[in-house]
Amino acid sequence: MSRRTRHNVLPGFNLAMGYTLFYLGLIVLIPLSAAFIKTFALTWEQFWGAVSTPRVVASYQLTFGASLIGAAINAFFGLIVAWVLVRYTFPGKRILDALVDLPFALPTAVAGIALTALWAENGWIGSLLKPLGIKVAFTPLGVVLALTFIGLPFVVRTVQPVLEDLESELEDAAASLGATRWQTFVHVILPTILPALLTGFALAFARAVGEYGSVVFIAGNLPMRTEITPLLIITKLEQYDYNGATALAVVMLLFSFVLLLLINVLQWWANRRAGRES
Amino acid sequence: MTVNQSHAGSSAQARAVVDGLEADVVTMNQATDIDLLASRGLVVADWTKRFPNNAAPNFSTMVYLVRKGNPKGVKDWGDLVKPGVAVVIPNPKTAGNGRYTYLAAWGYALKQKGGNESSAKAFVTALFKNVPVLDTGGRGATTTFAQRNIGDVLVTFENEVYLIQKELGADKVEIVYPSVSIRADNPVAIIERVVDKKGTRTVAKAYLDYLYSDEAQEIAAKYHYRPVSAAVSKKYASTFKSIPLFTVEEVFGSWAAAQKAHFADGDSFDQIYQK
Repeated sequence: MSRRTRHNVLPGFNLAMGYTLFYLGLIVLIPLSAAFIKTFALTWEQFWGAVSTPRVVASYQLTFGASLIGAAINAFFGLIVAWVLVRYTFPGKRILDALVDLPFALPTAVAGIALTALWAENGWIGSLLKPLGIKVAFTPLGVVLALTFIGLPFVVRTVQPVLEDLESELEDAAASLGATRWQTFVHVILPTILPALLTGFALAFARAVGEYGSVVFIAGNLPMRTEITPLLIITKLEQYDYNGATALAVVMLLFSFVLLLLINVLQWWANRRAGRES
Repeated sequence: MTVNQSHAGSSAQARAVVDGLEADVVTMNQATDIDLLASRGLVVADWTKRFPNNAAPNFSTMVYLVRKGNPKGVKDWGDLVKPGVAVVIPNPKTAGNGRYTYLAAWGYALKQKGGNESSAKAFVTALFKNVPVLDTGGRGATTTFAQRNIGDVLVTFENEVYLIQKELGADKVEIVYPSVSIRADNPVAIIERVVDKKGTRTVAKAYLDYLYSDEAQEIAAKYHYRPVSAAVSKKYASTFKSIPLFTVEEVFGSWAAAQKAHFADGDSFDQIYQK
């Protein structure tokens, strides 16, 4: 009701909205719609043929499967990292905090080569796992590893500010009312941080789906086994098959859009629940 | 005058030129990349006739690099398909030397007694079953072989093999020449549209002509690219082991035909990985 009188920092809704649409249009919508328009050069049969061969389907499974697993690992461990960084003081905390952002800054090819060097059978970590019969580099496990690495900062950086705002008095209150630690976590902390956690998960997932540079070094790139969809797109470009490449890109875009939409709905639901409970 | 250089994989460069990178000349490692430019009208259709020797001032071939002492006893293409031999070859769909290796193996199989299309296909299938890691580029494959210590054999360009051996040391790896291999021409061309627009035709042509001079041929030979000049070839005869080399045209008709039959979607190479 009182919204009409609310003071806005940005000059006028019309101008700000116009700018938003122009900006999103220029940076996001036009390039993406170009991909869609390019695929119209294909007939439906050609399009379907390009995006449904067994090799391509295997690559979707790996790309989206490994991205989801990577994002899930990050959601769990990223939360712990954020928690430690917010709740405890210890020497070297600032340095640790800065380390979290490194996967953002590192060129992905460097990350890929470094991870492969460590986890290959003759690498520091890989040579320790070899006697146990665990192979990481050049297997789907390696893909998950690379995607986990590049997605780490997202969860930490989205959850961290929310945890900082969380008043520890709430936890004390919960404890004084007889709640166990687990109850406090599930009923007090989790509902508050869940929307941020989901945002971090979605960002890490989206980043992983599009990742190319680090994965191609550690994956081994064997068709049907360790080949990711972005690599197949590059492969098609190398054959000068622009239409086939954009067809795959369109499928990836649609998949990603649907998954991100789902996560957004979840987030909305979590937000509402958090609002109701507090 | 200044020469601005841009280096990347051949097909990536060809795409960049198609998309408007203002290059006056291109030097590639296979004819298909220049054919693409010709099909877009950036290069004359008969570009192979514009410079001597099909517009290729030097060439290379596919040879093997094996671990010191050649523990698996690899001598020829037939040894690469034996069980237990791991061969590192980059993806023929994304890397020029992967493509040349595939075609070399196919050509070798055809030339065997009773060799035909289906025996060649079976041979190449067996070869790629022995490939543990399919890197996207030649350098990636080199890293896999040299740094990760994966594979018994690396198949790549002759000039690369010497470079790698120099890097790793002769006490680590040995070079093996197969009984027969493929001729990998490094073609060059002038980008018509760009030189006309910039008025650089004379220098562009002079630069490419220079690549055929004895001076430039010797530089190429020093870096283990096989020269086309008779005099320079003779001078460096001891460097380049003489083995029979077949061309893509001799065995496959043309690059376009080879590309279509073997590397288009769903063709020979894809079938290797399908059950």
